[in-house]
Amino acid sequence: MLAFEVIPDLLTSAGEAAAAAVAAVVDEPGAAQKYVGILLRSIFVENILLAFFLGMCSYLAVSKRVDSSVGLGIAVIFVLGLTVPINWVVQEYVLRPGALHWAGMPDSDLSYLQFLTFIASIAAAVQIVEMAVDKMSPKLYAALGIFLPLIAVNCAILGSSLFMVERKYSFGESVVFGLGSGIGWLLAIVSMAAIRWRLRTAHVPGPLKGLGITFITTGLIAMAFMTFSGI
Amino acid sequence: MTATATPPAKTPLFGGDEKKAILDPLWDNNPIALQVLGICSALAVTTRLDKSLVMGAGVVIVCALANVIISCLRNLIPNKIRIIVQLVVVSGVVIVFDQVLKAYMYDLSKQLSVFVGLIITNCIVMGRLEAYAMGNPPWRSLLDGIGNGLGYAWILAVVGAVREIFGAGKLLGVQVIPQALYDGGYVNNGLMVLAPGAFLLLGIIVWVQRAISGYVEK
Repeated sequence: MLAFEVIPDLLTSAGEAAAAAVAAVVDEPGAAQKYVGILLRSIFVENILLAFFLGMCSYLAVSKRVDSSVGLGIAVIFVLGLTVPINWVVQEYVLRPGALHWAGMPDSDLSYLQFLTFIASIAAAVQIVEMAVDKMSPKLYAALGIFLPLIAVNCAILGSSLFMVERKYSFGESVVFGLGSGIGWLLAIVSMAAIRWRLRTAHVPGPLKGLGITFITTGLIAMAFMTFSGI
Repeated sequence: MTATATPPAKTPLFGGDEKKAILDPLWDNNPIALQVLGICSALAVTTRLDKSLVMGAGVVIVCALANVIISCLRNLIPNKIRIIVQLVVVSGVVIVFDQVLKAYMYDLSKQLSVFVGLIITNCIVMGRLEAYAMGNPPWRSLLDGIGNGLGYAWILAVVGAVREIFGAGKLLGVQVIPQALYDGGYVNNGLMVLAPGAFLLLGIIVWVQRAISGYVEK
């Protein structure tokens, strides 16, 4: 109920924020370069999975098959690209100290409610995305299947929103950061799925099978990704 | 004092089920090594032992309290919206923990950054709520929460200790590797502080744990 009452407000403020972000891009020289920088950084250098360990649970559970990991990866890009900007708006206009200025409450500080509101807006966004995908593309919906609702409790989603606040991104930056994190996560899970496919025929010691070897392989992938830190 | 075996359960307050609830997750059914839950927020905080300990304590507290609350409410929660109810309860407990941490250990809470908040989406907490607290009375759920929290915390502490000793030569901020070694050409292992080190270390811990407990994935 609550989520539905809030949504119209969110949409209008998101519109204003988007306009402001577009204006900022036009005004600021070198902005494009900054966005490319954030994009590359979130995909390769600070990969949300390989550098911050976020989204490990579904990564370990789903990376057994390439096709399902592609499906989940796309769903994560989708949801991240949506929820990070939404949470930016929530943070900017509701939660941060003095954010309720427009409502006549300049002294408000609701930042302690951050976790609760973020998780609620993520759950609501996932629900809406699920309904929308079901209506617009039943084929994609069938392909994503159970993965969509599961995304609500994927730590990569909440983690990206919290990082966005901590790094004080602007609206435009938060869009780029959300998409970049999603793409990075997709890259990691798909490469892992491909490697695990190959590992099935390898002779791995009994106790190391499954989780153990997956961790060690992930460590090696993470090492490979660290070589990107020069760009 | 000849009683080396465990004393028989006299009171229903702490019988076989209760004991199983708290001891099982420590080794036989460890949340990280065997249930493969909660690795999400586990690794990033383990560069130092003190961070791992605080994070472990947080998960124990959140897991235990959320388990008790959900267990008390279990007959009142409509099945359809149980996930969102669980999320709200968990976020409430995590917010309290975060505020306490900010008030009394500000530096540490800054270093843990977003990872305290990520306890909310820690699969251990949600997994235990869903698998245990929804079907068991509060007292047993409390023990189950503490057990699972501790099962998670000790692995975190081991990873944290190893990474701090080999990555920085210290333990809880105290130098443990003697200066003489450094003078002799010993260098800290930089890999331990970085993300890949944590992955490799956890892989090895899982390997050792499963080799001892005899669990083999099919």
